[in-house]
Amino acid sequence: MTPQNPPASMYRTTEGLGLWEHRGQVAAVGVGHSPTARRWDGKPETSVGAWSILALRRAIEDAGVAPDQIDGLVLDPVTTTGAYWPDDKPIPMDVVNAFNPTSDPLDGIAKLSAEWILQNMPELTNIQFVMYGPRCMSHAIVVAAQAVGEGLTHTCLVLKSWHNFEGRYYQGGANAADAIDGTSAISRLWGTPASYGTALQFAEYCRKYGKTHDMMAPFIANSRRNGLMFPEGYWAQHRPEPLTAEDYLAARWIAKPANLFDNDIPIMISAAYLFTTPERAKDMKQKPVYILNHASSRATPRSLTPTLDEVEAETAKTGRKLYEGAGITAADLSFENMYDGFTLFHQFHLEGLGFRGIKFGEALDFYQTDISIEGPNPVSPSGGNIGSGRSRFWMHTDCIQQLQGRAGARQVTGVKPEVAVSGGPMPLGGNFTVWSATPD
Amino acid sequence: MPKQGVIPDELTKPFWDAANEERLLIQNCSACNRLQHPPAPTCHQCGAGDNLEWKEMSGRGKIYNYGVVFDCPVRLLQEDQAFNVAVIMLDEDPGIQMYSHLPGTPVDEVPVGASVEVVFEATVNGQKVPEWRVVG
Repeated sequence: MTPQNPPASMYRTTEGLGLWEHRGQVAAVGVGHSPTARRWDGKPETSVGAWSILALRRAIEDAGVAPDQIDGLVLDPVTTTGAYWPDDKPIPMDVVNAFNPTSDPLDGIAKLSAEWILQNMPELTNIQFVMYGPRCMSHAIVVAAQAVGEGLTHTCLVLKSWHNFEGRYYQGGANAADAIDGTSAISRLWGTPASYGTALQFAEYCRKYGKTHDMMAPFIANSRRNGLMFPEGYWAQHRPEPLTAEDYLAARWIAKPANLFDNDIPIMISAAYLFTTPERAKDMKQKPVYILNHASSRATPRSLTPTLDEVEAETAKTGRKLYEGAGITAADLSFENMYDGFTLFHQFHLEGLGFRGIKFGEALDFYQTDISIEGPNPVSPSGGNIGSGRSRFWMHTDCIQQLQGRAGARQVTGVKPEVAVSGGPMPLGGNFTVWSATPD
Repeated sequence: MPKQGVIPDELTKPFWDAANEERLLIQNCSACNRLQHPPAPTCHQCGAGDNLEWKEMSGRGKIYNYGVVFDCPVRLLQEDQAFNVAVIMLDEDPGIQMYSHLPGTPVDEVPVGASVEVVFEATVNGQKVPEWRVVG
């Protein structure tokens, strides 16, 4: 089956669309994760392909559904943004041949096609719908939600996987070359790290509103604390170290004002969810979590990098779109789980949502109050990428688990978990979802 | 600082050729009377490609914002870190941005809002690139 790219009609990118036509008619039920690792150790059983299969099978088992009842698959075929297989490095054929390979020997090692998954999961005998949701789980989720809503699939697996290799992220490829093409050169000659653009926006934010980088410390410490209560996460599994405000403030700069802990840590990880209709969910093992709406940002900056004005206009628009389609207001949010990988834009998402009534320029003051899972205003209860490593999906897993009441030690206690929002990655260019414990 | 060389492509060749002549050209849609940078095959506003032209700029601007790079992913620049990377707004249109290492400005002592003028520096393959210096 040849995967399709989603048509533009699947996304809700504008205001004025009214309630989502499938509001409450799509449910997340099963969740599955692979283990985590900092980098691949070269073994077949820890390859990105193997861990994707593991995550999918765990999600199927968690939902309690027979594999032959699954008729849909949405995934991202790209499994990195900065770790590429070097052109001159031999391909490990023992790993390739440990599976049923596709025509691309790096499939399942440095990328992941739907074809590879289906060739290596023979139990998925009834897949009728396959679509790609590029870049991150946030994207795959809105595609899968819309597909289930439209009846293109009734029981759909949603998958996002990440590989990571030896060496430093982003330092291969064009960044190691003596010359680059003219189009890339216009923005890349100056050698900026990935967090530079966000650091710029944060610097402007601090100048405009009279805030400081130090004011981020409570958010960072809260995120690591929550992450250490996420047993599926990297820090909880491998380096269960608290991160104090002092640690944060002493960290080396990457792109000042972004320091080491304002950047997430690249890891290997795979996660899968099982989406279905409310009717089918009744027969499954876990409590369904209903999707009330999804919305997407497709804004682009006028020039090289988004200005603070552009960021604030777009996050506010995203908030309005989410609330309009879900039929809720900011007051209905039990907690928020917007993206954080880079930390210095989390406040833009928070302010755009108007979470707990905060306005532009107020989020860093809000961070100085009780934002813990035990308090009345939980911020990023998942801990996000900062708390558990670079996956771009902890916030979605957490929303599902919190609303199912099975977030374990991370379960929010200061509020009743009823409605939540998650999504990302960037303020300009992202996909967002409203989750609910009930369908209405 | 030894910037990577540039291999001009079809889209950006006029920009780079002008840089070698120490002139700053920015793409403009004559139908919309609107500058755009980076250059693109079509106008971001009207979507058409047949009204795109290249317009010479004065080479004057202001520093809009900046960051300091301590951990650079580009191999050729790593020996020179930490260094400034500023965002310049062109006087002709503050919505048009260009990056700059701000030669002559000490690290992390960037005067946001200050006036700058374009200079041209050679990259490692000889291609010149627009850079910016604080004036006044």
